[in-house]
Amino acid sequence: MESVLIPLMGGLADALQPLNLTMLVIGCLIGLFVGAMPGLGSVNGVAILLPVTFLVPPDAAIIFLAAVYYGAMYGGAVSSITLGIPGASTAVATVFDGRPMAQAGKADQALLTAAIASFIGGTISVVLFTLFAPPLAAFALKFGPAEEFALMMLAFATFVGLGGGDIAKTICSIVIGLVLATIGLDIISGKPRLIFFDISGFFHGVNFLVLAIGIYGIGEMLWTLEQTKGDVQAHRVSAGLQSIKEHLKRIKSYIVPASLSGLLGYFVGILPAAGATPASLMAYGMTKALSNDPDSFGKGNMKGVAAPEAANNAASTGSMLPMITLGIPGSPTTAILLGGMIIWGLRPGPLLFTEHPDFVWGLVGSLYFANIVSVLLNIALIPLFVRVLTLKFTILAPIIFVLCIVGGYAPTQTMHDLWLMLLFGVVGYLLRKLDYPVAPAVLAIVLGPLAERSLRQSLLSSQGDPLIFVERPLSAIFMLVAVVLFVYPLALRWWRARRAGDNVVAAGE
Amino acid sequence: MTVRTAEFTAALLLILASLGLMWKSADGLSIGWIRGSGPGSGFWPFWLSVVMLLSSTAILIRCFLHATPESRDTSSFVDRQTVWIVGLTVLALFFLLLASSFVGMYLSLMAFLLFYLRFLGGHSWTLSIILMIFIPSFVFFFFEYLMTIPLPKGITEPLFFPIYRLIY
Repeated sequence: MESVLIPLMGGLADALQPLNLTMLVIGCLIGLFVGAMPGLGSVNGVAILLPVTFLVPPDAAIIFLAAVYYGAMYGGAVSSITLGIPGASTAVATVFDGRPMAQAGKADQALLTAAIASFIGGTISVVLFTLFAPPLAAFALKFGPAEEFALMMLAFATFVGLGGGDIAKTICSIVIGLVLATIGLDIISGKPRLIFFDISGFFHGVNFLVLAIGIYGIGEMLWTLEQTKGDVQAHRVSAGLQSIKEHLKRIKSYIVPASLSGLLGYFVGILPAAGATPASLMAYGMTKALSNDPDSFGKGNMKGVAAPEAANNAASTGSMLPMITLGIPGSPTTAILLGGMIIWGLRPGPLLFTEHPDFVWGLVGSLYFANIVSVLLNIALIPLFVRVLTLKFTILAPIIFVLCIVGGYAPTQTMHDLWLMLLFGVVGYLLRKLDYPVAPAVLAIVLGPLAERSLRQSLLSSQGDPLIFVERPLSAIFMLVAVVLFVYPLALRWWRARRAGDNVVAAGE
Repeated sequence: MTVRTAEFTAALLLILASLGLMWKSADGLSIGWIRGSGPGSGFWPFWLSVVMLLSSTAILIRCFLHATPESRDTSSFVDRQTVWIVGLTVLALFFLLLASSFVGMYLSLMAFLLFYLRFLGGHSWTLSIILMIFIPSFVFFFFEYLMTIPLPKGITEPLFFPIYRLIY
């Protein structure tokens, strides 16, 4: 216990340093705003703002971005409730009961429920994170290149097995990300690879931010422009001290489902493909199933707002666990954070705990404060956010585009990257319209160089024998789970087809 | 163009791209084992491209078999309103990047903002002009002054000399 408490105290003190605390508050504020805007979620905010953090040291930068991530989870509920449009995909389930509550004139109560439930889920998950992270990192220290590679295969396999998208399209998306990561100079032999049309810009490779901002900045904005046609309509909300006082009495009605949803969300969030959106949907389903009056769900039940909000906050913390301890991101947002860590010169993985304890514990400590700051800011600023939501999208869109362009220029400072970014944005948008999942590509471009290095190191040490991945017990387990995840959706489809076939035969008889 | 045609075209383009990537990975690089130094530089991208070829072929076949929802959808891929707003946005971004190389980022950003706010968004001149001046100024302050990342200025560089003298 002491091995956790002492560094945690250090981390909490670290997070309270003036620069870190300022970045934390600004981060939460931006996160709340980003989360509240329809079409922008944590991943968009983190991708677009990452270049801006080159200004501050890595400790402050990660605290800022984690705060954006956190704040966005709180903010997502605001537009789900007041507009009936999820502010981010993670807040989809909040619409189910949040919207009916708003229509019944109880938008203030719904917003307060969302904020408090988020706080409950967040707090549970941060405590779990603190307890789980050090032992997991210590365990992961045993990993060699073979285990690292197997673990990355496992991460990609979760997209196939649990992502729910078309399998061929998911694999295609993963591979595109991995191939893009190989462009430029080969890290091992130093040879240039995939220099298309001899354009010199490809020599420095494709920075993951070019793809991330392309897809999550430009592509996402194009997508939102199509969805909203530049226009949105908001509900009126008045949240005064009176309604807060009134609300405090009702917290006990949803504290249990919110806590359970927080637990569920945390564990679902750890899986790379799952993350906050499915976690919130699962929590909603679970709470409804466990409830005494499941029929009242979807008609403005407070528990229906509390459950998904607690779960999505918990999931966002959960997804940081594999990022910090294993170097495998648990969500697209943490994939971008991981890429950021590489830019800042840190090597993600279990060694982070021993080599950069200040960085890790500062982040952990900041999560505690981010949670408190977000809930307070959220409640205090509800009226402001609702006003902002009535802004026309054609004001916000060009501002975001400007941020994307200048942000995309910052890492490498070449026009070449901006052109690529625009290309990725448009292609990503078009592929997304055809239901190609885009998140795996972003995860893959971040993990690509690491995956290739561990693959080549393993093969070198085994003199080319691929059996190394199944001869080492841990790596064998990871590979086995990965294979199961790959096969599972195919088996499921085959099974359903057979059953459907049986039914047809039975009907024919 | 219907969604089905788009699905078909996308799969076909991905197949072509993966073939191109396979060729490019093998071009002058070793895709196999090099004695004493492990897998060659082309090994990883080549085999990835092979996987890409297999998966995009699967998409194409499934499209033929009407197996994906997209391959059964005969509604139009982009409706008229989308072409208008998304198409104009992409064009505006294209010209923003093109102009940045010649007249610099700041002037291009101002033109982009004015076009987007006033003409595409239909906002008032006052708001458009305020944002047109404020946003690039903020970007200048943040990037050039705080982060010392100079954005491209093209032929407008001399206009910035007095400001440089002020801030550096």
